[in-house]
Amino acid sequence: MNLLRRFIICMACFVGSNMYAGLAIEIVEGRDNPIKIAIVPFGQSLNLNIDQDISGIVAFDLARSGQFAPMAEENMLSYPDRQDKVYFRDWKILKVDYLVIGRVEQEYNADLSVVYHLFDVVNARHLISRRVTGSQKQIRDIAHSISDEVYQEVTDIPGAFSTKLVYVLAQDLGTKYSNFKLQLADTDGERVRTLLSSKEPILSASWSPDGSQVAYVSFEGGRPAVYLHNISTNSRRMLSTFPGINSAPVWSPDGRKLAMVLSKDGNAEIYVRDIGSSKIQRVTRHPAIDTEPAWTPDGSSLVFTSDRGGKPQIYRINLSKGITDRLTFQGDYNARARLLPDGKHLIYVHRSDGVYHIALQDLERDRIMVLTQTDLNESPSISPNGSMLIYATQDNGQGILAVVSIDGTVKYRLPSSLGDVREPAWSPYLKSVLRSENL
Amino acid sequence: MQQQWLRNTLGLVLAGLILAGCAGQTKTNEPAQIPEESTQTEAPAPIENVEPPKTVDAMGNPLDPNTGNPLSRTFYFEFDRATLSASDLAALELHASFLRDNRDRSVLVEGHCDERGTREYNLALGERRGDTVVSFLTNSGVNRSQLEVVSYGEEKPVDAGHSEGAWHRNRRAELIYR
Repeated sequence: MNLLRRFIICMACFVGSNMYAGLAIEIVEGRDNPIKIAIVPFGQSLNLNIDQDISGIVAFDLARSGQFAPMAEENMLSYPDRQDKVYFRDWKILKVDYLVIGRVEQEYNADLSVVYHLFDVVNARHLISRRVTGSQKQIRDIAHSISDEVYQEVTDIPGAFSTKLVYVLAQDLGTKYSNFKLQLADTDGERVRTLLSSKEPILSASWSPDGSQVAYVSFEGGRPAVYLHNISTNSRRMLSTFPGINSAPVWSPDGRKLAMVLSKDGNAEIYVRDIGSSKIQRVTRHPAIDTEPAWTPDGSSLVFTSDRGGKPQIYRINLSKGITDRLTFQGDYNARARLLPDGKHLIYVHRSDGVYHIALQDLERDRIMVLTQTDLNESPSISPNGSMLIYATQDNGQGILAVVSIDGTVKYRLPSSLGDVREPAWSPYLKSVLRSENL
Repeated sequence: MQQQWLRNTLGLVLAGLILAGCAGQTKTNEPAQIPEESTQTEAPAPIENVEPPKTVDAMGNPLDPNTGNPLSRTFYFEFDRATLSASDLAALELHASFLRDNRDRSVLVEGHCDERGTREYNLALGERRGDTVVSFLTNSGVNRSQLEVVSYGEEKPVDAGHSEGAWHRNRRAELIYR
């Protein structure tokens, strides 16, 4: 059995190494009444030989959002790839709500351009027609940009399929061979790139608001230090290496400062460092642990974890006035908070009955909703459109990533066959590398 | 590393010879002073046994002067706590004694946590555990400059399991002699 499974995994490595180098997606739960959409396999000119299934990538993006139920190809009655070949009655019979068709052409310079159309089947209406152009290497970017457009047109929420994830892959923990990799990947787990590989722990990756850099904590020098890593140039610099703890870096919304934790003055306190001038401002002053800062979207305050009341709870401090107020009162362990883009909702790790959940708290109504059912959930990171969050959890003792929608209805998991994955950080919206136009 | 060890051993042998020379005559304030109890128990020892007892093992880690076994260098904590358990104080006092007698030796105190709770909070908690050990040692006369704390939080478990037992083994401070 074991041997057979190993053989199958090996086969899988040869067949689709790209898939298995990263994260596999397993959809756990979707909406009760998902939107029915048909994404017809895109047509292409005869001489084209594309190894990626663009319409398949779009269908998978929309499926894992949990809001859509893409129709299986074999159930379609026709396969139009041009607007004039669309007959709404073919799709109404199938009870499809929306239809996407498209066609791939090669430009004179070998770039690919995809022309696609979105239709509202119920109202027999044409909604959008666009052309997206990119290089052969950008086929997945093209597909994700189509997913973003379709998602926004139908749900009125910007899509986040073109964003990225960073996470940590930890292998052989508890042995002398233990090692850590900081990985960059698409949000579907594909196109993995290793940013840093180390024998020593890596944690707490945080994106700059423009998506060009990642700050993280690395123990490679024998002690925790904060590094800034430029994604496109793959170069980095050490930012903070005071005696003691240098950790929990988070970028301010304007990208000019980093809030972080230092223990140089005696114990873990929160500081704000101006990246340009290197000036450091001390924010907290308390013999308790103060850690895990996160910015409010307006940049005026930080929320943070402190055990000044005896147990870890979440507090907020106004940076100009220094006024601190406590935000969490339910349960005896609330930590590592992040704010939704609206600034009115808090996401954090919440222990109840000894189980570590991810909880959402409405700061105006003070209501708490537990979003997860499994144990040992941590490190929640919110998608830039505020609709989903990714977090780390365990499955049979293995560290995996999981995604849940803010309303708790949609769930999918991203395990890795390579080891324990953890410390996910969802990127902000990134500057598109493609050319696109409305037709 | 090897040289350091050689130097330490030579120093200890010399100190031992000097002490043997004035055994039973005066109480001294020499840095290499042997605790009172052991001078008393050594008094009736045969005269030919002049070689001082070994104080370190082959790795340079201190031995328990009473038993000759390696001193325990790992100390365990309760969940979300950084207080030393009473049963560890005797061993820590022996570490303090060794470090007082060997001012050229230094120790890295690593603080660790179990996997429960958030990583950054655990990083701070691990430091608090390390600091507790450092406070005990400095209160016992060890120089602060002989000690350094590094917290690894929950990042370096000795046991990668997820049971109560694994968690217990991972909530620890380790003394690494340098």
